[in-house]
Amino acid sequence: MIRLRGLTRHFQAGEQRVVGLDALQLDIHAGDYLAVMGPSGSGKSTLLNILGLLDAPDAGEYWLDGVATAALSEARRAELRSRTIGFVFQSYHLIPRLTALENIELPMLLAGIEPNLRRRRSGELVERLGLGDRLSHRPGELSGGQRQRVAIARAMVMQPALLLADEPTGNLDSRAGGEVIALLEELNDDGLTLVLVTHDAEHAARARRQLRLRDGRIVDEALLEPA
Amino acid sequence: MRLVDTLALWLGALRGHGSRSAMLLLAVAIGVLAVVLLTGLGEGARSFLLSEFSLLGRNTLIILPGRNETTGGMPPITGMAPRDLTLQDARAVGRLPHVWRVAPLQAGQVQVSVDNRSREALVLGSTRDFFAIRQLELAHGQALPELDPGQAEAVCVIGARLRRELFGARPALGQWLRAGDRRFRVVGILAERGESFGMDVADMLIIPVASAQALFNREGLLRVFVEVQGPAFMAISRQQILSTLQARHEGKEDVTLISQDSMLAAFGDILGVLNLAVAGIAAIGLLVAGILIMNVTWISVSQRTAEIGLLKTIGATAGQVRLLFLGEALLLALAGALGGVLCAEALLWLARAALHVPLYAPWWARLGSLSLALCCALLFAWLPASRAAAMAPVMALRPAGGLS
Repeated sequence: MIRLRGLTRHFQAGEQRVVGLDALQLDIHAGDYLAVMGPSGSGKSTLLNILGLLDAPDAGEYWLDGVATAALSEARRAELRSRTIGFVFQSYHLIPRLTALENIELPMLLAGIEPNLRRRRSGELVERLGLGDRLSHRPGELSGGQRQRVAIARAMVMQPALLLADEPTGNLDSRAGGEVIALLEELNDDGLTLVLVTHDAEHAARARRQLRLRDGRIVDEALLEPA
Repeated sequence: MRLVDTLALWLGALRGHGSRSAMLLLAVAIGVLAVVLLTGLGEGARSFLLSEFSLLGRNTLIILPGRNETTGGMPPITGMAPRDLTLQDARAVGRLPHVWRVAPLQAGQVQVSVDNRSREALVLGSTRDFFAIRQLELAHGQALPELDPGQAEAVCVIGARLRRELFGARPALGQWLRAGDRRFRVVGILAERGESFGMDVADMLIIPVASAQALFNREGLLRVFVEVQGPAFMAISRQQILSTLQARHEGKEDVTLISQDSMLAAFGDILGVLNLAVAGIAAIGLLVAGILIMNVTWISVSQRTAEIGLLKTIGATAGQVRLLFLGEALLLALAGALGGVLCAEALLWLARAALHVPLYAPWWARLGSLSLALCCALLFAWLPASRAAAMAPVMALRPAGGLS
């Protein structure tokens, strides 16, 4: 599903040139459950941003579903972000003036999906994520775990094939964090490709495939046989 | 994106930033209010003056004694002429081929009294034709009788307010009043009409011209009203009147002729320019509101970078992001402009009710200020909205501020 070849990304921090990714090679298959670990500055988030088409590499190739993404127009990238890729952030990124339901439906709004279908899709997800009684609340009135579940619902509502999660449990206590991870794994069981960036070795250990990054390179890779 | 959803997003964003929206709304409303109100006042003053001058009639010329040397200025309203304008001059003009009616006018302030009630009033001496030329209507009785202009008679027509002040509730028709050292019998009472050409007809007393000459002990006429047979004869009549009077005045061209058209042209030009200047000043106010829109949109974009980044992450195109920010600015401008127009109309309505002056904002001012407000919003919001649209999602997402 994803093929990365020689992926390189540098950042300019004042005088210094900081390495984000250094000639990274990686293949991710449909339905994979991949955990990416590493110290801060190792390139985890850069990798995720490039996978999510939020950022573009300086050099190297990124093939998504057989398409070379470097050649895509901005409009086409936006469409892929809308329909193929879901994103979950550490700090949720919910729009505070919208209710939980409005936040969840926002991607469908942007995609021009009609209200009936919107209600049906969000309804199914909401039930599955156990958010039924919190829908009319604004993010400020929700707990961290609830907010992250709303964010996951928003990421899943366009039924993407790929879910990118950038330290989704970073702001949560262990119980809420465990629930979120369980939820993501459940979605992965249904066929969703899941890339999880995390600091938490315990969470990472549950992934079938684990990567460790340092200075923009893969320094260790482990593959678990499905239990 | 569906139109309804776009609209809902705009409204949601405006509600979500209530005080900022209100501030912008107010700025635009005041700008538009200024344009509509000021042009309304200007246009009202203009149409008021024009209607006053229109009462002169398109067929009417006024002969004033004295020659205005400098062209373009106002003719002398009163003033000493080298040679008087006489009743014989008026008669001579009346015999000209295209002249229909002539009304000589003599005027002065005189003490008018009935029993022990007394007041100073403007007394006009003229003929029956004066009523027709000046379109004076009578509420009761009749106009001055058809007399030879040289013939004095002790009758008068009085204005409505003068009648009230002199006679109170008593009937006035057929009663006698004293003006200066003479007595006149009231044969007619003028209808209320308000100001006319700088004179309040409600306070006037009109007597035969020969009586006025005797009352004021003055031969020379203040002016002579001439009505020609039609607008087409204005130019030729003007020539004929000038040459006739020149011949009668020993070859001296010592009268001034004014017509409605010349007055209208002079005043219309001045007021038109004034109006444009006022509208221009008001438009600058609107422009200032536009710059405020730009600033606020800019701040809004800066504060909402995280939101923009998020929108892009979940699949918004650059065009959609621009549309969202532009739409907010346009919606605000539209609401503000409509509010401003409504306020201005309400104020003009109040002014009309209180002052009885026809203050109406012209259509071009309403539409112009509305579209100017929208253009300003579009123009000034374009830059910040484009900045938002062009933002790389990863850059926009970096500061997570503004989202929860």
